[in-house]
Amino acid sequence: MGRLALGLIVNPVAGMGGSVGLKGTDTAAILSEARKRGAVPQAGARAAVVLNALAASRPELELLAAPGDMGEGIARDAGLRPIVVGAPADGETSAADTRAAAEAMAAAGARLIVFAGGDGTARDMASVLGDRVPVIGVPAGVKMHSAVYATSPRAAADLALRALAQEIDARPREVMDIDEEAFRAGAVSARLYGYLPVPYAPDLTQSVKAGGVSSDREALMGIAAEIAGRMEAERLYVLGPGTTTRAVTESLGLPKTLLGVDLVRDGAAIGADATEEGILRALEESRPGAIVVTPIGGQGHFLGRGNQQIGARVVRAVGLERLLVAATPEKIASLREGTLHVDTGDPELDRALSGWRRVITGRGNETVCRVAA
Amino acid sequence: MTDRVGSGFHAAHWDEPLIDEIPGDGGRGLLPPRVDDAIAGAVGDVAAALPEGVRRAKPPALPQLPQHRVLRHFLRLSQMAMGFDVTVDMMGTCTMKYSPKVHEYVARLPGFADVHPLQDPETLQGTLEILYRFNRMMCEIAGMDAFTFQPASGAQGIYTNACLIRAYHASRGEDGKRDEIITTAFSHPADAATPAVAGFKVITLMPGEMGFAEVDALKAAVSERTAGLMLTNPEDTGQYNPNIRAFVDIVHEAGGLCAYDQANGNPLLGVVRAGDTGFDMCQFNLHKTFSAPHGALGLGCAAVGVKEHLERFLPRPIVTYDGERYGLDHEPGEGIEKIRAFLGNVHAVLKAYAWVRSLGAEGLRAVAETAVLNNNYMLHNIRQIEGTTIPWPKNTYPKLEQVRYSWEPLYEETGVASHDVLNRMVDFGVQHYMESHVPMLVPQPFTLEPGESLTIAEMDHVLDALRRIAEEARDTPEHVTAAPHSAAIRPIDGDVPEDPDCWAFTSRAYRRKRGNWANVKRGLGGHGGGYS
Amino acid sequence: MGDGFTHPYVPNAAPEPRRKLLDAIGVGDVTELYAAIPEALRVKGLLDLPPALPGEQDLRRHLEEIVARNQPCTGSWLNFCGAGCAQHYVPAIVDEIVHRGEFLTAYGGGTYSDHGKNQALFEFQSLIGELVGMEVVSTPVYDAGAATGSAVTMACRITGRRGVLVPQTMSADRRLQLQGFAKPFATIETVARDPATGLIDLADLRAKASAETAAVVIESPGYLGLIETEAQAIADIAHEAGAMLIVGVDPISLGVLAAPADCGADLVVGDLQPLGIHMYAGGGNGGFIASRDEARFVAEYPSIMFSIAPAVEGGGFGFAWSTMERTSYDTRHDATDYAGTTQWVWGIGVAVYLSLMGPEGMAELGRGIMQRACYAAERIAGLPGVAVPHLGQPFFKEFVVDFSGTGKTVAAVNAALLEAEIHGGKDLSGEFPELGQSALYCVTELHGAAEIERLVSALGEAVR
Repeated sequence: MGRLALGLIVNPVAGMGGSVGLKGTDTAAILSEARKRGAVPQAGARAAVVLNALAASRPELELLAAPGDMGEGIARDAGLRPIVVGAPADGETSAADTRAAAEAMAAAGARLIVFAGGDGTARDMASVLGDRVPVIGVPAGVKMHSAVYATSPRAAADLALRALAQEIDARPREVMDIDEEAFRAGAVSARLYGYLPVPYAPDLTQSVKAGGVSSDREALMGIAAEIAGRMEAERLYVLGPGTTTRAVTESLGLPKTLLGVDLVRDGAAIGADATEEGILRALEESRPGAIVVTPIGGQGHFLGRGNQQIGARVVRAVGLERLLVAATPEKIASLREGTLHVDTGDPELDRALSGWRRVITGRGNETVCRVAA
Repeated sequence: MTDRVGSGFHAAHWDEPLIDEIPGDGGRGLLPPRVDDAIAGAVGDVAAALPEGVRRAKPPALPQLPQHRVLRHFLRLSQMAMGFDVTVDMMGTCTMKYSPKVHEYVARLPGFADVHPLQDPETLQGTLEILYRFNRMMCEIAGMDAFTFQPASGAQGIYTNACLIRAYHASRGEDGKRDEIITTAFSHPADAATPAVAGFKVITLMPGEMGFAEVDALKAAVSERTAGLMLTNPEDTGQYNPNIRAFVDIVHEAGGLCAYDQANGNPLLGVVRAGDTGFDMCQFNLHKTFSAPHGALGLGCAAVGVKEHLERFLPRPIVTYDGERYGLDHEPGEGIEKIRAFLGNVHAVLKAYAWVRSLGAEGLRAVAETAVLNNNYMLHNIRQIEGTTIPWPKNTYPKLEQVRYSWEPLYEETGVASHDVLNRMVDFGVQHYMESHVPMLVPQPFTLEPGESLTIAEMDHVLDALRRIAEEARDTPEHVTAAPHSAAIRPIDGDVPEDPDCWAFTSRAYRRKRGNWANVKRGLGGHGGGYS
Repeated sequence: MGDGFTHPYVPNAAPEPRRKLLDAIGVGDVTELYAAIPEALRVKGLLDLPPALPGEQDLRRHLEEIVARNQPCTGSWLNFCGAGCAQHYVPAIVDEIVHRGEFLTAYGGGTYSDHGKNQALFEFQSLIGELVGMEVVSTPVYDAGAATGSAVTMACRITGRRGVLVPQTMSADRRLQLQGFAKPFATIETVARDPATGLIDLADLRAKASAETAAVVIESPGYLGLIETEAQAIADIAHEAGAMLIVGVDPISLGVLAAPADCGADLVVGDLQPLGIHMYAGGGNGGFIASRDEARFVAEYPSIMFSIAPAVEGGGFGFAWSTMERTSYDTRHDATDYAGTTQWVWGIGVAVYLSLMGPEGMAELGRGIMQRACYAAERIAGLPGVAVPHLGQPFFKEFVVDFSGTGKTVAAVNAALLEAEIHGGKDLSGEFPELGQSALYCVTELHGAAEIERLVSALGEAVR
């Protein structure tokens, strides 16, 4: 099995904004404001829960920790002797420190990186790691739009143990982040920044573990076959970002812009990474249309997060009844509060989209889910 | 040690080898009857004359043990199983209850056990009378017009419902047009699975904030493609959907049929009838609700009931009665294809009939009410065990016959998961509990259904065990996660049964593959079974 | 029900415990617990059911009276009817074990709570595996028909095809059962019977086996008792077409007949009832599915399957439900077959039966059944106007008797036999009109020279 190297990165200031009414801590100024308002660090405590559980089960673990309060300190408090990776932060830790630590851990052969933070941290990780090293997010931030987090620190520990035992594989999960300034001003503008490989444990949502048969992968193929089968001649299909829609284009033998919106008509790609204006133009030239989107794992937005190109005007142009939402049963089971969300920026449209909606969950089957604005 | 284990219980631990590994020195367990000389002399050794390739070259490698050793082996195995006869079993969705022994006595009589299904009906009047009488009684219990007892399990009964829906729409020229069955996420998995097997598409309604499906969700699901609705109510959460009548009406208006899976029907006996609720058909598990023994996972029987407009689709044969004699009508008519060989598990029907006769109408209602009362007693006490939660706090209706609980707070606090508690239960001398069917929408779930048979002391014993385990989870969590300690066996490597290089379903595979076991990676334990 | 209700099966319905429970939960009346059920849906008053028989003695007398209206195949009566449910000897120890309360009233227990039950079922799988020569055997399924249906659809999924060829001699009931189950996944076509031998017509099979064929199903012995002597040739034809061979067996024949695995079978199915299970008018039936140990096969089994597994420390072993994601418990709406309660206690009975019989027992038993059946067939064929077609072909336990030459119908013959306290063979005239007034006779180890003599003499009277 070789050496068992685990990386640990803590964004010590993650989540500090939340408790004092600030939405995130992306800049030094905001952080200082948060401290002024009495915020205390909490990411470290959450990471410690994970670390203690891991150390108890896998004493042979080789721990690569980011320096200082980015991991090293917590590791020592847990009675571990970490190998410190990366240069100590100069003053307050920054996004650059996260990126440097992640890069150094990948270079040092980490098999898995556990990070405690929020969307900003996830985004930093994604920017340097790509799909090189699987990660598990310990939820600690204010902004939690990405789908890379375990449901709790305890669940993160279980996932990590099973990933280290090579019992489970990783799947690409969305990394989202929002513009904090706009967020603080009351507007949400989330972007899909990429994907991070996250260990996938079917039995966190199902009763048993898979034994060679991957039900989630099968469900994805089923969804692709179902949507491909429903596609009508001369209709323009607007395919949102994500691995679910990518499965659809794969089944058609077409490429997919993972982070972008692609246009397909009559089995042919007629537009890649389209902007909202581009989509509207294409729809003008070629009506009727249809939209295929998938919700973000965990938080459940299927419009208005990471696919803003498919804005209110596009949805209205296509027609609400031509909006297809697809998700694997596993993704639906993972929804917090069991609810899907929309945020098109058009309150009237959001209201019209709210209520109960059929979601394609596989070949020949659907699940009716609640949608809230 | 006893102190640490803390339950005072230890299961029989016989360390009994696999039967083909017991040394027997070529013993014989049973001798077949001698072939009369007249026969052997007349025909010779017919088998020896079989062509090569057809004749078996070497007898099968079966055990060679003297008779008493075979008996002893299986008696020892029986002592390492926790049937309801020997301990408390509250597994949710399973409706465990006492199966009266007098039923077994009667079923074993040669007059019932040693009859052939194709005997002249004149010589089968007793069995047919049971089937006919119980059919009439079930019609009264369910508010239906006719029943079949051919399906041999709940799943097969639900499958039969799906086949009836298929046949109904086909008879109206709508097969292929109406191809969608609607069910709910908390109905038994068979309510989604068996219509899929019958060729339908399946639409699943997610629960609303009360924990059951909402009318608006159903409205979003029905269309001109709707073939039918198939669900349990109460669902596997023990929650009754009070909008059920509206559900039935909406599906009927859309042109679909409604099938009531009464797998959770125990709390409804004499209280609510499928027919009065508007359903077109239903199914009951005779091995659950009606006391026929669960048979280690079978000998089951589903009673599938229909309203008059669907009677012609029931599978053949139909038991008839002309006022004097009982008969069997094999005419295929519009009946769906055969579901199970012959007449089904008639022994289960006999036992169900006997049970209803023993209890009568008043008794059935007492069964239902007591099952609900016992369940609410368990709920009341479990609510007070620190570390548990009851999902859907907005739903303040009392639960009916079972509850889906959650150990999430305990897990977050201690790392002890529901599956660990389940294994630890066995150390207290009670059958483990059921966690949940898929999808596991409730985190760290456990589902208990006490039924009507248990005494207060028996329920208190289970409550004590749960309380103690929750305390242990805080004080000595590793003791819980390493459980069981006093079961018939110690923890097994749960990865082996999941690994194609290691799994072994027969002893011949085991002998070939056990060498691979040393190489298997150690995980966090396998499934270990059981639910139904 | 305010005053409570006293009955041995419902202890807490009695006034005292009921009051205690209500007080504990702080509820005045049980009906309050039904608050979720709209008033309009509730039953008013009591159901209209026959009067209760709460006393065990009264109940038993009532049941015994009804059961006495059956005429079982025991005592002075003889039975020669099989056709999917056969009367064999049931050893006393099998009855003892299948009625053990620990087994009979167990259900969904797990690795630790139901270890002994699990081991008994693993041994069931193992011993069937020895009989058929396969390494993978499922826990019991409903019956041979259900086993055939599941095996056929497994073959369709594994091959990605939907053509299925079945013998024309398959019983009408089983074909219906198969047709009903498999129609969403398979197209079933029959292969002609060679009129000379009564066996599969190889030329017809060759003509029909194609690149669309998922499976060729044969039964040996077949419904009409004949042994498919060309099983290997059939296997070759199936395999050349890229199809699987599914072989249906009578497991009690496998002490003398070659294991199907040795004749090219990919999947083996059969009924358990002959192996020590009482008939119960068909309630004794139970099925099994077996195959080689390949992941692609295992992935398609619909049933719960026990794998043995080692203890984590200290030696020993246990059993667990393996790869449950295959089953409808997990696949729900994606299911291609369904799992559930089946006939497990009969599986335990079969394990006991095969353990008692041992290798010699199964060989001697099979040999004796063949001798008895052969003797009976020859004696019956000697009756005037009565024919036993294919008497020269190897057969096991069952054979066709053609009464056409006597001018009597099977129904008339059977009615006459009833007078002589004999249940005659199954009337085939509706099922296989081309066989004329034929019946299917079943002879087992229960029938010695004296019993066969009684049958032959009664038949002689009946056809006179």
